Amino acid sequence: MADRHLEPDTPDLRARWGGFAFTPDWDAKAKAAIARYPEGRQRSAVMALLDYAQRQVGEDTQTQGWLPIPVMEYVAGYLDMPIIRVVEVATFYTMYNLVPVGRYHVQVCGTTPCMLRGSDDLFDACKARGMKKGHNSTDGLWTLTEVECMGNCSSAPMVQINDDNYEDLTADRLNHILDELAAGRAPKPGTQEPGRHTVEPLGGPTTLREMVTENHDYRGEW
Amino acid sequence: MALADKDRIFTNLYGYQPWNLKAAQARGDWDNTKALLEKGRDGIIEEIKASGLRGRGGAGFPTGMKWSFMPKEPNPARPGFLVINADESEPGSCKDREIIRHDPHKLIEGALVAGFAMGARAAYIYVRGEYIREAETLFAAVAEAYEAGLVGKNACGSGYDFDVFVHRGAGAYICGEETAMIESLEGKKGQPRLKPPFPAGAGLYGCPTTVNNVESIAVAPTILRRGASWFAGFGRENNKGTKLFQISGHVEKPCVVEEEMSIPFRELIERHCGGIRGGWDNLLAVIPGGSSVPLVPADQCFDMPMDFDGCKAVGSGLGTAAVIVMDKSTDIVRAISRLSYFYKHESCGQCTPCREGTGWMWRMMERLRTGDAAVEEIDMLQQVTKQVEGHTICALGDAAAWPIQGLIKHFRPELERRIAENVREAAE
Repeated sequence: MADRHLEPDTPDLRARWGGFAFTPDWDAKAKAAIARYPEGRQRSAVMALLDYAQRQVGEDTQTQGWLPIPVMEYVAGYLDMPIIRVVEVATFYTMYNLVPVGRYHVQVCGTTPCMLRGSDDLFDACKARGMKKGHNSTDGLWTLTEVECMGNCSSAPMVQINDDNYEDLTADRLNHILDELAAGRAPKPGTQEPGRHTVEPLGGPTTLREMVTENHDYRGEW
Repeated sequence: MALADKDRIFTNLYGYQPWNLKAAQARGDWDNTKALLEKGRDGIIEEIKASGLRGRGGAGFPTGMKWSFMPKEPNPARPGFLVINADESEPGSCKDREIIRHDPHKLIEGALVAGFAMGARAAYIYVRGEYIREAETLFAAVAEAYEAGLVGKNACGSGYDFDVFVHRGAGAYICGEETAMIESLEGKKGQPRLKPPFPAGAGLYGCPTTVNNVESIAVAPTILRRGASWFAGFGRENNKGTKLFQISGHVEKPCVVEEEMSIPFRELIERHCGGIRGGWDNLLAVIPGGSSVPLVPADQCFDMPMDFDGCKAVGSGLGTAAVIVMDKSTDIVRAISRLSYFYKHESCGQCTPCREGTGWMWRMMERLRTGDAAVEEIDMLQQVTKQVEGHTICALGDAAAWPIQGLIKHFRPELERRIAENVREAAE
């Protein structure tokens, strides 16, 4: 199991987050999420609501966001479920941050397919910039986490930073992306390999070549 | 004989063209889906059975047969559900992501066809949480399908009401196990349920439920359009059809590609991946079906047919056809130890053999990596894997045990060498 711990429930935490409530935008999304499940099964939306709550906290703090206990209590009240059931979900799924994180959550995949393609170099590059696994940088910009397989194995190694994936990385390419983010710019997500589109073999697809230039309909050849 | 492009199902696999409804329809999706539904529930299930389609999520259970387990008579008090497993998290697997972000309408059309065949009233597509952009695409594609009347009330003008919902996960490999996925959909921790009852009897919200992989569902409309015999024309007996292969690791050009089942390993790599890095003599071992299956040493995999039976014959499995290639520069013990860490990290903690065993096995593997162990401990590790395997509610315990068993079976001399060197260093 993953090592996880909750941020302590202190008077300061209550003072900061005790009055948490969804903004109208997030509230509308929350109601839409609940509507996806049968009546009386609103608890199914707990995962979506925790995600929205984390994102709203992120907007407030200019970070990826996290889940203080009072925010979990708000979600529990919203869905009419016991707080412990919400805490169980929040602690079970690794994408919920249980402690404050930085502006950019640098999640480097370290599982074997990425390891074989050089994820060690990516960890070294992060380390050289002063990042440490499981810690926030002192300037509040970065949080480094080693994550398990992210399903980008044919364009490994990869890093997910907040909502975007950066694939086919080298240390230099990762450094460039981090520099861009630090400068407030938005680097291009996806593969960083020049000339590669997505997950086709480098140098161009070996199959379905017509599709590169036109939305080819193969039915005429059936 | 190479698979022709016209026989490929996922023509927009690489996303050169837009995923949207208009472009998908121009490629042939949603083309008179009503006519497919007019084959009737039994007609569709018989066609899928005859096509020989086996589940693409790893276990390879015949898809048509799975659909036939759902109740024949509708019961409004207990509606049926189709749950589509898009929680792709098996290390090495990266095919469902391409379907979701580049060909989502194949999946949504498949959901309707499959849901209709099993008498379900709705489908939930469970997308792994980390597929953030992919889920955005899928939400948008579903909205397009509703807008066009393809799903929802009177889907495709068939008179059948069918809803499609997207549910995002939040980072838990175990939710790829079907009953854990159902628990997660109900808003709980994703801990697998004991079976029986099987989901077809009591699944989501206690109602009849079938859980299928994304690829199994997304190929269904094309099979129905082109006929079971077309699909069954590819691959060996019992291993029919086309399949998305995902090649990662030490090949010249890693990629995802749709190929005929049973294609020999060497041909797959030569044709699409530019060969092994450093040449075929440099190949050390292959994990042919994602991290959960045992590795296959180089000398046994050159001519291995890439299908269920072909991989089984060399003591491994096709799994999701996630082919992880390792050349001779690989620290094979570390490669497997990293997988042990993965299973330790992803164990849900419900069953003691798995919760405790995965951590123990990983720590033992780390000692074997440096040779800081006694030779007898190799046998002890083998025994522990046997005590975990088959003694847990779900297959995660088995999946954690098999890579280690494969390592011991094929690379025991390497483990012993490291131990001997460590002892020698200590003596010096």
